[in-house]
Amino acid sequence: MSGVPTPSDDRVVGRPLPHESAALHVTGTALYTDDLVARMPGALHAHPVQAPHAHALVRHLDVTPALAVPGVVRVLTGGDVPGVGDAGVKGDEPLFPAEVMFHGQAVCWVLGETLEAARLGALAVEVAYEPLPAVVTVREAIEAQSYQGGMPRLERGDVESAFAGAAHVYSGVTESAGQEHFYLETHCALAHVDENGQVVVQSSTQHPSETQEIVAHVLGVPSHAVTVQCLRMGGGFGGKEMQPHGLAAVAALGATLTGRPVRLRLSRAQDMSMTGKRHAFHTRWRVAFDGDGHLLALDATLTSDGGWSLDLSEPVMTRALCHVDNAYWIPAVRVNGRVARTHKTSQTAFRGFGGPQGMLVIEDVLGRCAPRLGLDPAELRRRNFYREGQSTPYGQVVRHPDRAVTCWEQVLETGEVARRLEEVAQFNATHEHTKRAIATTPVKFGIAFNFTAFNQGGALVHVYKDGSVLVNHGGTEMGQGLHTKMLQVAATALGVPLDVVRLAPTRTDKVPNTSATAASSGADLNGGAVLNACTQILDRLRPVAAGLLGCAAGDVVVHDGRVRADGGADDGAEDASLTWAELVSAAYVQRVQLFAAGFHRTEGLHWDSSTMQGSPFKYFSYGAAAAEVEVDGFTGAHRVLRVDIVHDVGDSLSPLVDIGQVEGAFVQGAGWLTLEDLRWDETDGPQRGRLTTGSASTYKLPSLSELPDDFRVALLQRAHEDGAVYGSKAVGEPPLMLAFSVREALRQAAAAFGPEGVAVDLACPATPEAVYWAVEQARGGSVPPGLEAVVEGAPGVVPDQPGPAAPPIEPASEELVPRPGPGA
Amino acid sequence: METGTAPQVTVNSEVLDLEGTDPCTNALDWLRSRGLTGAKEGCAEGECGACAVMVARPDGVGGTHWAAVNACLAPAGSLAGREVVTAEGLGAPDRLHPVQAEMAVRGGSQCGYCTPGFVCSMAAEYYRADRRATAAGPGTGAGDAAARPHAHEAPGPNGFDLVAISGNLCRCTGYRPIRDAAFALGFPAEDDPLATPAEDRPSTPARARVDGPAGSYVRPADLAEALQLVGQHPDAVLVAGSTDWGVDVNLRGSRAPFVIGIDRLPELRALERTPDHLEIGAALTLAELERGLAGSVPLLSAVFPQFASPLVRNTATVGGNLATGSPIGDLAPALLALEASVVLEGPAGSRVVPLDAYFTGYRRSVRRPDELIRSLRVPLPLGRVSAFHKVAKRRFDDISSVAVGISLHVEDGVVARARIGVGGVAATPLRATATEAALQGRPWTERTVRAAAAVLREEGTPIDDHRASAAYRRAMLAASLVRLWAEGETAETVHA
Repeated sequence: MSGVPTPSDDRVVGRPLPHESAALHVTGTALYTDDLVARMPGALHAHPVQAPHAHALVRHLDVTPALAVPGVVRVLTGGDVPGVGDAGVKGDEPLFPAEVMFHGQAVCWVLGETLEAARLGALAVEVAYEPLPAVVTVREAIEAQSYQGGMPRLERGDVESAFAGAAHVYSGVTESAGQEHFYLETHCALAHVDENGQVVVQSSTQHPSETQEIVAHVLGVPSHAVTVQCLRMGGGFGGKEMQPHGLAAVAALGATLTGRPVRLRLSRAQDMSMTGKRHAFHTRWRVAFDGDGHLLALDATLTSDGGWSLDLSEPVMTRALCHVDNAYWIPAVRVNGRVARTHKTSQTAFRGFGGPQGMLVIEDVLGRCAPRLGLDPAELRRRNFYREGQSTPYGQVVRHPDRAVTCWEQVLETGEVARRLEEVAQFNATHEHTKRAIATTPVKFGIAFNFTAFNQGGALVHVYKDGSVLVNHGGTEMGQGLHTKMLQVAATALGVPLDVVRLAPTRTDKVPNTSATAASSGADLNGGAVLNACTQILDRLRPVAAGLLGCAAGDVVVHDGRVRADGGADDGAEDASLTWAELVSAAYVQRVQLFAAGFHRTEGLHWDSSTMQGSPFKYFSYGAAAAEVEVDGFTGAHRVLRVDIVHDVGDSLSPLVDIGQVEGAFVQGAGWLTLEDLRWDETDGPQRGRLTTGSASTYKLPSLSELPDDFRVALLQRAHEDGAVYGSKAVGEPPLMLAFSVREALRQAAAAFGPEGVAVDLACPATPEAVYWAVEQARGGSVPPGLEAVVEGAPGVVPDQPGPAAPPIEPASEELVPRPGPGA
Repeated sequence: METGTAPQVTVNSEVLDLEGTDPCTNALDWLRSRGLTGAKEGCAEGECGACAVMVARPDGVGGTHWAAVNACLAPAGSLAGREVVTAEGLGAPDRLHPVQAEMAVRGGSQCGYCTPGFVCSMAAEYYRADRRATAAGPGTGAGDAAARPHAHEAPGPNGFDLVAISGNLCRCTGYRPIRDAAFALGFPAEDDPLATPAEDRPSTPARARVDGPAGSYVRPADLAEALQLVGQHPDAVLVAGSTDWGVDVNLRGSRAPFVIGIDRLPELRALERTPDHLEIGAALTLAELERGLAGSVPLLSAVFPQFASPLVRNTATVGGNLATGSPIGDLAPALLALEASVVLEGPAGSRVVPLDAYFTGYRRSVRRPDELIRSLRVPLPLGRVSAFHKVAKRRFDDISSVAVGISLHVEDGVVARARIGVGGVAATPLRATATEAALQGRPWTERTVRAAAAVLREEGTPIDDHRASAAYRRAMLAASLVRLWAEGETAETVHA
């Protein structure tokens, strides 16, 4: 960061600005991919033919009846692919499958003059299927040993000895549900071949570069022949990191074959039945505590429901394994991961990317064991926090563990939790049918892509002769406010007012080889690159200014569009100044380059997936939340009465944006944990494997009624992070996991229906029905349906241990890491 | 039939031609095809509100008001003669409408995709004529939190009813800034063109006909004409709010060459109280009925807030809810408890069918294809003890796992008459007759309630499905009676 001027207090970063497109959003004039169709005359519409089986061979496919439907122009099938007919990067996602791997998979696509014509054409396509047995649930996959990809193990310390000598050992199973992204804008791509023969794809994608690569390999052309643009997305949440590629490729294929623009937009039903979701996890665990409730050991085997293809399942599992500790020091750890292959959509990235599923394990363990240990759950959690000098199970030193403590204590204090706990006790004593509880949970979340190579970003900054600035960067805007932050970074770095800077849509022909806008790293990576580009330009302008102002180049200060000498002698030189536009104009005449490509690579990262050791994260984000809930004893219905959050975003680049991210992530996390309910047909009937909650009427995400009545979010102050853009930290994912406070509060409120100290098992998601069964358990009933009772005593129920021959994760992105030889 | 002038609709003050539009083309797709891409498709089944637009509707007292509706469910043809305002019509980036300004500056939009719909729902509430500032907003009261209403149930300091925007989903913000924007709104300026009492806005569209290549949408002027059309077009689909058929069109490919809009038939829009019954016109929307009853039927008052979303309640009709015959429709259990009858109107005249004899099977009823539901008849007086309990995953805008309507006439401490309607536990809405028998003639005591709850638990034939398990449904049936008793005894707040 050398050469970056220290911004003054009234710098543009750190201002609470509304979203840069807010005025367009509220007036309906912000354009999304599908809004462009009307601007592209003659566009064809694509409609899939979706298989009605979870697993089947395609014995016969006859498209001729479809071609007889008025308005049908063409049917795209496997034979049409000039290049590689695969929608992914691992070679396991055939674009036109001969073997159907999930209910609703597209076997071919119909192009029509209208969507109605394409729909009718799809109905007319004749497909003969030979149904095959299907694996639908994770438990079935474990039973059938149906796995895919690597089986990583993360291990530290002598686990067996720790269990042998422990005062308390518990064993159990924790299952977490999947989650549908339900971005309000479904997947959409609009492809055409331009006047130069370039294939141009407008795509709602978080990863334009990978969309470009896959379109290119499907078409059998080099990457330079394909341009992908993403104007903005109507939400992404990870669901548009890998999943848009095949859809963009179909649209591009159609455009090249017909010579006409092709629009492919999934309906909600298609999107839900065809695209991946958050991985459900099944975890068998045993845990050891000492007599004071300190964690001694955790032994767990995490099995994720990967669906039909690998997609991002391996890195998701890696992040899950790297987050089973959450904010807690666990001396001895052995966690195994494996990805089940099931006949479902290919599960994929979703905000948190395995982190939430990993953390849920330890939070569930603590929540279930606290009553058994005779400890208050908050006390049990607090007692196990990391301390300075300790390392994670994968060997990364936990820097700033005191921040978790600070967040925690601040939440307790500003949330007046001690007083409110007394009120809750009083309320519960006087209400037979309604109970309340407050739970506090911490978050520690590692920031950076686990796989080192992805931690790079690019930008292209143009300063035009009139002084106006155009910024391109490699990140995509999906509502998270990245573009707003990048405008602030550019304006601050150049020292110009915000309105001098304009941001152009994300395009692969402007900034190439970008990483996905994911892992919360958008602002870190692209901000670093924008800053780098602006710094280059400013470094070139400074001598020009020095010449005009008659000062040393090092004394030139550009701020708020004024250029002046600073730090020099007090001789009135500060009166001499010129405008930004004058400086730029002068520099042009002097033949100074006014544009720059910026680049950023995150320093200090290393990761070896063969040993699951390293320092994969640039830093940790911390936070704490205290949630108060109320449970209705008749139905299990519940509401969130109040939530207090303190979250660490470093020095916030854009506080309004960051608070919005914290709140939105929290509510989305609460949706995952307490409401959203993915169900597949698990019967042996003809609909086996079909998503039965595949619509907005059956899959419920949080609505206004799930907004906490009282919602107070504070950003941790004095939280500067060295080496990050203007001291800021990532924000997108970590706060999602603050929602564990809601789940744990529900557990405690359910327990309040029973005798003091009763332990409660709570299914995930904690829907009203799940909470009802937890209440019944507290009242003396049995373990809730579908759950396994916790077993007490050493050595415990040992989770499955994959053998030494278990396959490793071999990501292509780790080529820079020296691989150990055989037997190493 | 006579079509009068060419079918037109006023959108954002511009008169647009509807001619050539198919009956299966919804208002959303039609608006978008005209370049008005502000309204978005999020779900195509009226669940997310991303397509919300404002439509001028009769306010029941001679003028009109703005109702936010889901454009994805309304046939474009049904807009004929109406006035529509979209997010683009409210304001522009350089001159934001007050609702748009509050949403923008408070961080009410993140990805922005749901935002135009939110803005329309919010603006409709902004213009609600009887919205008044309140002394204190939610969360401002001191003391026991239990005494305060939950935030989304209490109007803001500006009288803004958050329920108005509860049919709009946002996946990004977590809703807090949207709530803040709603509560920060002032009142429309005197010269606000959208706020003026709009006697001159089209409130009662006359008969209309929109012909497209694949069929026609026809809105007859009166009941006689409607019955005549039904007779002439046996394959016609009757729609009122189209909140059910619209879903079938969008999601299940239903198509019809002839669609008859019956939502404006004057004969179907009565709301009358006689000494011995209440007559509810079938074409009244749920929202109109709620306003019209003004709390006079407590059992129905408990249903309204839990019936879908305001975007749906603004167009869905009482008759439509019964005509679809869904086993999980929320109105039927309540109306069964109220002992309602259905007045059917056909070519041979009208007949009255008790609701408990109306449903004959899954989505089937005694209504003949050539008959319309004219009205519902609810006998008076009402039972003094009543409740409506809906069990669902989400408090707002969800489909029932179980719904129970209860109406009891308690005289001198004895249950003189009990009527219980249940939904979600069989192929049709049911009367829980065994439970009624277990209550009637018995003293109104906890002992009676517990015994009857055990009977209610066994009513119907609940199944396991994605909404709930059969065991939970049975438990909820039993719990509904116990809750009614407990809440009567302890006066705890009714849990939505």
